[in-house]
Amino acid sequence: MTALLEVRDLVTEFDGREGRLRAVDGVSFSLERGEILGLVGESGSGKSVTGFSIMGLVDAPGRIAGGSVKFDGMELVGMPDGDLRRLRGKRIAMIFQDPMMTLNPVLSIETQMLETVLAHDAVPREEARRRAIEALGLVGIASPAERLAQYPHQFSGGMRQRVAIAIALLHRPDLIIADEPTTALDVTVQGQILYEMQRLVRESGAALVWITHDLAVVAGLADRVAVMYAGRIVEQGSTTEVLDAPLHPYARGLLDSVPAANATGGRLRQIPGMTPSLAHLPAGCAFRDRCGHADDACGTVPPITLKASRQVRCHHPL
Amino acid sequence: MTVYVLRRLAQTLLVLFVTSGLVFGGLYLVGDPVEILVNPQADQEERARTAAALGLDRPALEQYWIFLKGAFTGDLGKSFVFGRSALEVIIERMPATLELAFLAMVMSVGLGIPLGLYAGLRPHGLAARSIMAGSILGFSLPTFWVGLLLIMVFAVQLGWLPSTGRGPTTEFLGVQVSILTWEGLRYALLPALNLALFKLSLIIRLTRAQVREQSLLDYIRFARAKGLKRARVIGVHLLKNILIPLITVIGLELGSVIAFAVVTETIFAWPGMGKLVIDSIFQLDRPVVVAYLLVTVFMFIMINLMVDLLYSALDPRVRIAEVKS
Repeated sequence: MTALLEVRDLVTEFDGREGRLRAVDGVSFSLERGEILGLVGESGSGKSVTGFSIMGLVDAPGRIAGGSVKFDGMELVGMPDGDLRRLRGKRIAMIFQDPMMTLNPVLSIETQMLETVLAHDAVPREEARRRAIEALGLVGIASPAERLAQYPHQFSGGMRQRVAIAIALLHRPDLIIADEPTTALDVTVQGQILYEMQRLVRESGAALVWITHDLAVVAGLADRVAVMYAGRIVEQGSTTEVLDAPLHPYARGLLDSVPAANATGGRLRQIPGMTPSLAHLPAGCAFRDRCGHADDACGTVPPITLKASRQVRCHHPL
Repeated sequence: MTVYVLRRLAQTLLVLFVTSGLVFGGLYLVGDPVEILVNPQADQEERARTAAALGLDRPALEQYWIFLKGAFTGDLGKSFVFGRSALEVIIERMPATLELAFLAMVMSVGLGIPLGLYAGLRPHGLAARSIMAGSILGFSLPTFWVGLLLIMVFAVQLGWLPSTGRGPTTEFLGVQVSILTWEGLRYALLPALNLALFKLSLIIRLTRAQVREQSLLDYIRFARAKGLKRARVIGVHLLKNILIPLITVIGLELGSVIAFAVVTETIFAWPGMGKLVIDSIFQLDRPVVVAYLLVTVFMFIMINLMVDLLYSALDPRVRIAEVKS
């Protein structure tokens, strides 16, 4: 049986003042039904753009310049907009980073939920309402029938994210792309949302791409991890393997930067240098300027090497 | 809500009182209307008789006091020139100005929002650039010049539309209205277009800027990620958000269209309030000027109040804040 989502050599480019920038540069990964993939990287590493590319939500001046995204056997790259729209929200749902911004401030929760149901299923309004209430209850919102009539500003940040998740779950999608959905929330709320997401995904059997910069989140949630740097996936493998013994120097650096991994009172370790701007990437391996293991070989783009079930893009894996 | 409206109405009374004082005082200082009203050859005795008849022989404060007493009973004094109630003279001219303002606003909103939406959604196309270039012209060309040009092209050369005066009127809800018949509407089209041009440009530019700004926000992307049709994303999600700032500007502009239709009314010889007040200022017809300003200020305030109420209907966040206060 084929994978639910199969991304191959995806390239997404943006035309800007500094010329054409590759935000996503040859990304490949696949996802089985019910699987959770953590897509990890710093800001600007292309992880969000990867998510938007799968959804077909990359707007001008950006465009998907190459590669393929196969969802349940269907090619999404180049699919007519109408067909893609029928998949969005129905079989592929997305949750965004900032719950304060994702819900429309001037429309009631009811309007925003019902329109989602009615966009894909021709059901009577009463049935749509029933489904909306059910979805709100599912994500742990108390007295959902009353809350339905309210507006986004009457909800807290965590509650708004729950509403967004409820909207994403309305059609029981096969795939959910979550773009840092807990980053903007308090730590306690983060924990709740994470727990709920995990439960809901397990119950509904949906596959999940969880985009984040937070390795701690990934450790507790994902089956597999893909680490992105400057538009490329540099390491990919099962969560335990990658987090216990990273092969790529960048993945190692990321792990070492987590405060908990450092001895109390000691200096926090960090990766030297800064994330390079996409316009000024070094030739070859994009990480070589910041890497302690770099040598002349790193002047060429390292190929993906397979090591058991793991993939790493490095000339000198650890 | 009711308390809020009542408080705003009380404020209105205060504003009207202050306005009347300022205008009354200002016009008193400008000059003596008797000089203009009386035949230059008239003798001292006749001047005194005219002044006494108009109540102009009394001290200024007493004159103002008499005016205020009258104002509270709805009597804003008699026009020096027409010898009739000033308010009546103004109300007589009001429908002409109001229908012109109404038509102008319908034109600028009805054209401005769609054009602005289009220019905002396809900002790099030729059509969008042409719309924006046109709006700069509409913005910067002086009204009187555009008015003359409109007359030249549509009335003189093409001969499609009449250039002066108001068309035949029909009675509608007890008011004489001209724009309900095609014949009457033809007379109103050119002046209304002239009056609308500036507002139209303003609304186009504002709509475009709002569209550009709001399209980038996450709620639009989320709406698309839900699988909504483009028409719904734009027509409901986007439009409802950009309407909030637009309503404010449209309200303010409606007020200014009513108050400052003077130039257009003069060019097209449109018998409205604007033309009346210019004539009255020249003749120092104080009761008419004062009454005109009070009426205008009152309409301004009422429009603003309506905008505020509309605002709270559109924006749920405002609604709640008000209930708390």
